[in-house]
This record gives sequence, structure tokens and C-alpha cells, in this order.
Amino acid sequence: MATVLENVGTKTIDHLDYVGSLNIQLWATLRAMRTALPFVGNRYRWQASVRQMLQIGVDALPMVSLMAICSGFILAMQGASELKRFGALHYVIELVAVGFTRELGPLLTAIAVSGRSGSSFAAEIGTMKVTEELDSLRVMALEPVEFVLAPKFLAALVSVPCLSVVSNFCGILAGGLFMFFSTRLEPLLYFRYVLESIQLRDVVMGLIKSVAFATIIAQVGCLEGFRVRGGPDSVGRSTTSGVVKSTFLVIVADAIFTAIFYFTVKP
Amino acid sequence: MPIISIRDLVVEYDGRRILDGLNLDIEHGETMVLLGGSGSGKSTLLRQILALEQPKSGSVSVKGIDITRCSKSELKRVRRSIGVAFQSAALFNSLSVEDNIALTLREHTKLAPSIIELMVWMKLAVVGLADFGKLQPQELSGGMKKRAAVARALALGPEILVLDEPSAGLDPIVAAELDELIVLLKEAFQMTVIVVTHELPSAFRIADRIAMLYKGRFSSVGTKDEIRASQNPRVRQFLDRIPGDMATPAVAAYFEKYLKTQEAYA
Repeated sequence: MATVLENVGTKTIDHLDYVGSLNIQLWATLRAMRTALPFVGNRYRWQASVRQMLQIGVDALPMVSLMAICSGFILAMQGASELKRFGALHYVIELVAVGFTRELGPLLTAIAVSGRSGSSFAAEIGTMKVTEELDSLRVMALEPVEFVLAPKFLAALVSVPCLSVVSNFCGILAGGLFMFFSTRLEPLLYFRYVLESIQLRDVVMGLIKSVAFATIIAQVGCLEGFRVRGGPDSVGRSTTSGVVKSTFLVIVADAIFTAIFYFTVKP
Repeated sequence: MPIISIRDLVVEYDGRRILDGLNLDIEHGETMVLLGGSGSGKSTLLRQILALEQPKSGSVSVKGIDITRCSKSELKRVRRSIGVAFQSAALFNSLSVEDNIALTLREHTKLAPSIIELMVWMKLAVVGLADFGKLQPQELSGGMKKRAAVARALALGPEILVLDEPSAGLDPIVAAELDELIVLLKEAFQMTVIVVTHELPSAFRIADRIAMLYKGRFSSVGTKDEIRASQNPRVRQFLDRIPGDMATPAVAAYFEKYLKTQEAYA
């Protein structure tokens, strides 16, 4: 019994330590963010941010677009198979449009970015730790949070919402294609229905979620890298852990945001 | 006043004592070699001198500032006067060799890019890599990486140059070249040089004084001649390459057991 309690206690302390480390790292990053901004910050840090934006955003475009198109088709087909029994096939448009702007667009993007960039952050920083590059930065009087993390965080904050918008568009486009092939609904008419179904608050909700997801992915990925201890095998473990933890936390955060919006925003 | 002063330094990892009450003064302009076997605590001592870790107790003062207790801004100021070349070279793989060297100049000075470019070329020329600035670190050989790391350490014109195992993993010729480079740099720039190594030829070529570490304590500190003449059993064991009394019985027991197993199968 004592061992069980001891294990529960140890795990609880470990989790609290992790959450505490995430918070400390987030505040340190926010303090260091100024240096990564254009015009007011450090020129080299801004250039690093732009490079990261290309890696996180532009390089992920084909994958995110394809995922969104497939999901758009799936959502439209699954919705249509049920709704057409009630003669309500036109509700597929609303289902796809609202479903993507509020939920699927940001969530799919976050999962894709978590898999691509979250793991890459953990691996890159973990390798820098193992090869003494982080120590090297410190002895050069450069802060790793400012030098490594701030540009990645800024890039994620810009790229993930942009990718979410692209994902929304691709998902809705796939819904339009489905409607065209199944009901011969004119594309222009489809997009007019889509615009009628979506409200500004749906888009804002999706973007707020995207910013939160970007924060989770960048912070968890980088923290896993900074926590690497030992050799290359521990880099591999931290990379896996980075993806698993950030995906898990993204879904938890999504549930919390959705609940908050559901209970606070009046239709 | 010594440029580096270590007083009663104690370092523990998970309750295991690594450094046990060390005291050492390093004077301006001298080359101090921290010599010792694997696990003797020399790299841990180096990390304390660079303030990369906090000690359990004791102090490390660099240029009169206790870096175990000073503010972040003071620590940054101290660090700008120290150039470090790590054992693994620790060059940033995402940057070219010249960008690695230009990094601190760009971050800590307001020099024009053309001046920085010139300074980078000069630092590379000093270590004999003037034609290799455009390469990526992974395109360099082991010895070239170490020299590039020294060039980066020299970028801000440091008062103290710290080299962690500079000749580890290099062939004897390249290692000897690197030793000559360290001697030349010290003479040319009048720096204080701290070198961590377990290579005896290197240590005796570059050192003014040698501090010999054994199980977290200094077993002997003195000039090269004093260390050579030392009758301290630990120093003699290290210099005369006498095997320790721990490994041999364990290895013998293993082989005895192995042979018995083989006989049993036969």
C-alpha cells in the first residue's frame, strides 16, 4: 500500500513539476519575444523566425491541405449518408462549414504541426543539448530561450493560425466538390450558403484555438528538448514524448475551449 | 589578485560527492592544466568555472566576481571575457563556420558587417582555417572542428581561454599541432588559458602549472617540473600509467568464470 501511495505521490510531483516548468518557460519566452520581433528586435532573431515560419508553415502546406481535403470529404459523406434519409442534404453545407471553422480546421492543423514541428523542436533542441551547443550559447552570454525558443514560438504563433485558415478553406472546398458531384450544386451557390452559415465568431473561435494550440506545440516540443538528459537515445525518447504530450494537450485544450465557448457564447 | 579563485568548492549529484572542497587560484596570464583520469571531476570543475552548474557550497570568483552568487547581468559580463572551446567543439550545425565565429560579434557588438567579416577572417587565419569559412561544421575533420571552436572562442578577444579536452580523439600529429597553436595563442594574446585534459604529452607541452585531480580532490598542484618530480602515489600512478587495483581482479574473475563455462560445455 505504501509503495502504491509512494508511486502516486512521485507521479503527481513529476506532473506538477512538468506543468511548472512549462509555465516558467512560457513566461521566459514571452519576456524574450521582443527580441524576435521585426523592427524593434534583433535582426538575426527575426530572420531565424522567418526561417522557422517557412518550415512550420509553408513546408506543412501540402500535408495540411491534403488532410483537410480528405477530412472535408469524409465529413460531407458521413453527414450526407445520415441527413439524406431525412431529406436534409443541404445541412451538409452547414455541417462542413461550421465544423471546419470552429473545430476541424484548427484541430487537424495542430495535429499535423505537432507531428511535424513539435517533434522537430524536441529533436533539434535535444541534439543541441547533447552536443553541448546549448552550453556553448550560455558561455557566449546568449540565452537559449531567447536564441532558440523565441523565434520558434513566434513562428508557430504566426504559422499555425495561417495554416488553420488554409485548412478551413480546403475542408470547405472538399465539401463543395462533394455537393457538386452528388447534387450538382453550383460552386458559387455553395460558397454563398457557406458564407451564410459561418459567423465571424466561429472564425474568431477557431483562430483563438489555433493560437493556444501553437503555444502548446512550441512550448511542449521545446521543453522536451531542454529536458533531454544523457545521449542520443534520450533525444529519441524526448521526440516521441514531445509529439505524444503536445497532441494530448492540444485535444484537452480543445475540449476546454469548446466547453467555454458552448457555455458562455449565446447563439 | 588571481583572475580565478576557487574556494571550498563542493559539488554533489544526487547525493554523490563529485568535487570535495576544492581550493585553487589561477593567476593572470598563466596556462593552468587540469589533469586527471576519467571520472576524476575535471569536467565538473570546468562547468563550475563557466557557471553552467550551481555548487552545493563554496565559491568560484572570476575577475573578483563570485559567479556562484552574482546577478545575471554580472554573469553575462564575466562570460563575455571568457572564450570556451568544448570537447565536442559544439559548433552550431545550422550555421556555416564563419557564421559560428561571427555569432558573438553580431550579438554583443555594434560593429559593421564588413568589420565583422574581416575579424572573422582574421580569427580563422589565426587557427589556419582562412579558406574554410564557407563550409558547414559537418564538412570539417575532427581537428579542423576543434580549431574552428578555438577561433570562435577567440572571437571577442577574451581574457580567459578555456579548452575542454582539446586533443581528445585526434591523431598525435594533429594533437601536437593543436598544442603548438595553444602555446602560440597564449604568447600572442597574453591570455589566461585553462585546459582540461588527460593527455600527458599535451599537458606537459602547454602548461605553466598543473592541477592534478583525483576523486574530486587535488592530489597535487604545481609547475610541470614539480609534478614530474612528485612522489605523490596518485600522481606517480597517473604519470607512470600504473593500472588501478579495481579493474584487474574483476577482469581476471570474469575470464576465470568464462573459461570454466567453456570447459563445462566441452
